[in-house]
Amino acid sequence: MKFGIVVFPGSNCDEDAFHAAKDVFGQDAEYLWHKDADLKGADVVILPGGFAHGDYLRTGAMARFSPIMAPVRAFAERGGPVLGICNGFQILLEAGLLPGAMLRNKGLKYRCEHIYLRVEQTDTPFSGAATVGQVLRIPIGHGEGNYFAPPDMLKQLEANRQVILRYTDPHGHVDDAWNPNGSVNAIAALCNGGRNVVGMMPHPERACEALLGGVDGCVIFDSIVRAFRSADSLALQR
Amino acid sequence: MIDAAVLERHGLKPDEYDRIVTFMGREPNLTELGIFSVMWSEHCSYKSSRVHLRTLPTEGPQVLQGPGENAGAVDIGEGLAAVFKIESHNHPSFIEPYQGAATGVGGIIRDIFTMGARPIALLNSLRFGDLDAPGTRRLLEGVVAGIAGYGNSIGIPTVGGEIVFEPTYAGNPLVNVFCLGIAKASDIIKGVASGVGNAVYYVGAKTGRDGIHGATMASAEFDDKSAEKRPAVQVGDPFMEKLLLEACLEVMQTDALIGIQDMGAAGLTCSTTEMGSRGGAGVEIDVTLVPQRESGMTPYEIMLSESQERMLLVAKQGREAEVERIFEKWDLHASRIGHVTDDGMLRVKERGVVVAEIPNRALTDEAPVYRRPMSEPEYLREAQQLDLDTLGHSLQAGVRQDHNSTLLSLLGSPTIASKKWIYRQYDHMVRTNTINLPGLGAGVVRIKGTDRALAMSVDGNGRYCYLDPYRGAMLAVAEAARNVACSGARPLAATNCLNFGNPERPGIMWQFARAVEGIGAACRALDVPITGGNVSLYNETDGKAIYPTPTIGVVGLLERADRVVSRRFQESGDAIMLLGHGAGELGGSEYLKVMHDLVRGLPPALDLDAERALQALLVRLADERLMRSAHDCSDGGLAVTIAECAFESIGIGAEVSLEGVDVSRVVDVNIAAALFGESASRVVVSVVPAHVTAVLRHAAAANVPVRVIGQTGGSRLRLAVAGRIVIDQSVDDAERVWATAIDKHFAQRVA
Repeated sequence: MKFGIVVFPGSNCDEDAFHAAKDVFGQDAEYLWHKDADLKGADVVILPGGFAHGDYLRTGAMARFSPIMAPVRAFAERGGPVLGICNGFQILLEAGLLPGAMLRNKGLKYRCEHIYLRVEQTDTPFSGAATVGQVLRIPIGHGEGNYFAPPDMLKQLEANRQVILRYTDPHGHVDDAWNPNGSVNAIAALCNGGRNVVGMMPHPERACEALLGGVDGCVIFDSIVRAFRSADSLALQR
Repeated sequence: MIDAAVLERHGLKPDEYDRIVTFMGREPNLTELGIFSVMWSEHCSYKSSRVHLRTLPTEGPQVLQGPGENAGAVDIGEGLAAVFKIESHNHPSFIEPYQGAATGVGGIIRDIFTMGARPIALLNSLRFGDLDAPGTRRLLEGVVAGIAGYGNSIGIPTVGGEIVFEPTYAGNPLVNVFCLGIAKASDIIKGVASGVGNAVYYVGAKTGRDGIHGATMASAEFDDKSAEKRPAVQVGDPFMEKLLLEACLEVMQTDALIGIQDMGAAGLTCSTTEMGSRGGAGVEIDVTLVPQRESGMTPYEIMLSESQERMLLVAKQGREAEVERIFEKWDLHASRIGHVTDDGMLRVKERGVVVAEIPNRALTDEAPVYRRPMSEPEYLREAQQLDLDTLGHSLQAGVRQDHNSTLLSLLGSPTIASKKWIYRQYDHMVRTNTINLPGLGAGVVRIKGTDRALAMSVDGNGRYCYLDPYRGAMLAVAEAARNVACSGARPLAATNCLNFGNPERPGIMWQFARAVEGIGAACRALDVPITGGNVSLYNETDGKAIYPTPTIGVVGLLERADRVVSRRFQESGDAIMLLGHGAGELGGSEYLKVMHDLVRGLPPALDLDAERALQALLVRLADERLMRSAHDCSDGGLAVTIAECAFESIGIGAEVSLEGVDVSRVVDVNIAAALFGESASRVVVSVVPAHVTAVLRHAAAANVPVRVIGQTGGSRLRLAVAGRIVIDQSVDDAERVWATAIDKHFAQRVA
C-alpha cells in the first residue's frame, strides 16, 4: 500500500511520518507537495504535524486553501482513509472535514511530553488493530490542542461514537489532572461521520521504535496496514 | 560632519577613527563610518579577545572545519559531518526576552544550514538571577517562550541544556544557544564570494530599520537607558526561516552555488565583506535593489539593518535561473543585488552612484587588535579563602546539621531542581531522533540511515570561574565532555561561548585570559579541539560584571546508538559504583551557596589525565554494555547525584555507604563534604551484580579509582557515612520536592 504525506511549506513532521511508513512499516510512501493537486495514487493520506504556513493566524487556517486540499477532500468523500496528526488535525478542522475547533492549551503554554490515551473505538482504519480500553503512551507536542465543540455537537459526536482516543491517567481513567490541554471530554482523537477521516493531537510516528522510548504508536500504523491487507485479500477472494 | 559625538554614538574611539582615516587616505562619509563601526565592534572584530583565542587548540584528525567559517564541523564517519556552534544572544534577551531569545535561535540555525547541513538538534545554556528576585520570572518566561516559539515552529528539537539561577545574572541574563546539523562531509559549503561577474543574490525577509547597530549594542554595557534601545532588537519570523532553510538546502543540492552566508550581526555589511574577504574578491551591490520593508531607507540604514531571516548567496554564472526557480517554489524571491569583482573592495551603490567604497581588508584584517592590560582582580584572594574549621564551629554552635533536610533544600534549589517546566515547552522529539530525552543527561540523537548517534552537552559554572577562572573553565570543558561520555559517546570536539564583563577593565581581561588558557589546557588534554564559537563581552549592568561564564558545548559520537546510557537506575539489586576519587571539596559548591549563603573557596581540583582516563573508561563500559546507568557528580555532589539517578525511574531507591571520611573532628562539615562536595571526575554507575568484576577489572586497567558504594533497591534513599546513616528519605518525597520546585514559582498564575 502507498502512503501519501502532504507537505505544506511549514510542515515539520512530514519526514517523521514518511520514516515511520517507509522504514518502520516497510510500506510505499510519497511526499505530496501542497501546490500540486495530485495524490499520486496514494491509498492513505497523512496530513503531518508542523506549522503549515507559520500559523500566525489560526493553526491550519491557510492550509485549507492549498491546491492539494481539493483532491484530499474528494478522496475523503469517496471514503479514502485520511489521518491528520497534530497540525494535520487542526487543518482537518479548519477544512471542515472534521467538526469542532482548537483553542490554545489550558495554561497557554506549548507542551511536549508523553501522555496516556485510552482507545475508545476500533472501527476506523486507524484504530482497528487496537482494543477498546487499551491504554497507549504516546507523545504530544502542541500549543493549540484544546479541542472544543459546542454542547449539542459534542452530544452528537459521543452518540455517533466519533471519539477515538481520550486523554487519561496511566490506568485509563479520565482525570482533569491528566488532560494536558483542557480538551472538552478529554478528546485526543476523533473521526468524521464516515469514520474514514481521523484527526489526532498525539504523535504516533514518534512512538514507533523502542530506541525512541516507546512503541505504542505502532498500533495506529498497524491498523491502517492491516485494513489494507484485509481489503486486498477480500479483493483476491472475489 | 564627523565629530566626537558622532564617533561616540558609533562606539568608535578617537584613535580608531584616526586609523580609519589613515587607511582610507581620506575622511569616511557617514555610511562608511557606520560600516566601520559595526565591523570594528567587539562583536564582529573580536578585537579584545582575538590574541587570546589564537592560543586555543583547533585542529585534529576529526576536524573538518575549524574556526573562521559560519560553524565548525567534525567527521562522524560514514561520510557524514556534524556541523555545530554555540552563540550568545544575551543583550537582546535582556531588553526584549521573547524576541531576543527567538532571534538567537534563528541566528544559530542559519549558521548551521549555511554550511549545507540540515539542523537536527538545539541546546541552550541560560543564566538568570534568583528565581525569587523581581523580574526573573518575566525574563525566564519570555526567554523560554521565545526559544520554544522559534525552535518548535521550525521543527528542530531542543534536546537538552542547562539553567543556573544566581544573583550575578539578575541585570544581565545569559542566553547561549547551540545548534547541530548533519551534512555530507564532502558537501560542506563555505561563505565565499568568488568568480568575477558572478551574481550576488539576496533572499529572505525584507530589510527594515530593525536592529540597526545591534552589534554595537552588544558591545556596550547596560545602564538605565538600555530599555530605550528596544528598536535595536530584531523580530523573528520562524516560518520565513523554515522556507529559507528548505530552499537553501535544496539549492545546495544543485552545485549551482559558489557560496552563501546568513546576514546576522551587522547584516548586509558583514555578509558582503566576509564573503568577499574569504574568496579573495570584492563585492559590489546596489542598495536600491535590496528588498525593503519601509520606505525612504538610506544606504546607511540598509547596510546596517539586522532584520532577521536574510541570506546572501553567490551563484555560478549560467545557473541563475535554476537558483531562482528553487526559491520561487518556496514562495521566496531571490533578488540580484550585485556581483563579484576582483578588486577586493566592498562597493555600495545607490542608483548607480557609489555611496561607500572600502577595501575588505580594512574591515577585516586591519580591524584593531588589542592586547588589553590585565591584572588579577582584587576580590580573588579573599574569595578563595574557605576555612572549614570556622564553618564547622559555626555549625556546631547552632543545631546539629540535619543532612536529610539539607538534601531536600538542595533538591529544591532551582539550579538543581527538575527543569521539566522549561523543557516541556520545547518540542524535544520532532524529527524522531531523540533517544535521550532532556533531563536525563547529555542530549542524544540517532543519525537515521546509520547505526550511529551523537551526544551533546553544554556546561559552564560561573561561580567556579569567579573563584578561579583557569580552573573553572577547565572544569566546564571536563564536565561537558564527561556528560557526553556518561551517555556512552566518545567526545569529539567542542564549541565555546565566552560570556564576560567589560574587557577594558584589567580584572575582567585577566579573567578572560585565564579562562581561555583553562579551556585550551582542558581541550588539549581531552582531545576536544575548539571548532568555533562566540565571545560576548560587556555583560555588565550599572558597572557590575557578571561572573565570568565560559559555556562549553561538546559533541560526541556513539558508534552504536543502542548503547546509549541514561542517568536512571534500571533495576533493583544492581551494584552502585563510584568511579573516581571521592574527596568531597566544598569550595564554590551549591551546598555552600544554598546552606550558608557563601560563594567562596577554590573550585574542585581537576587532574586532566585522570579525567581523560575516566571518560575513556565510560565509553568502554557503555560499548560493552557493562553499566545500566551513569550520572556525573556535579552540582550538589554525590548525595544529589544518587537521588537524581532514582528520579523519573520506576521508584527504585538506593542504599549507599561511604567509608574513609574523617569523622574525628569538625564532623558535620566533613560529612557534608562527603555528601554534597563537588569534587570533579566522579561518576555514579549502576551495574548488574554479574558485571561488577568486569567493571573493576576495566577500571583497574584504565587506572581509574573505583569502588562499590551500595546497591539499588527499596523505595528509600539511605546514605551512611562512616557507618552512621545520615540520610534516610523516601524517593517519592524527595522527587516531589525536586520535580515541583520550579513549577511552584509559576503555580499561582496557572490557577
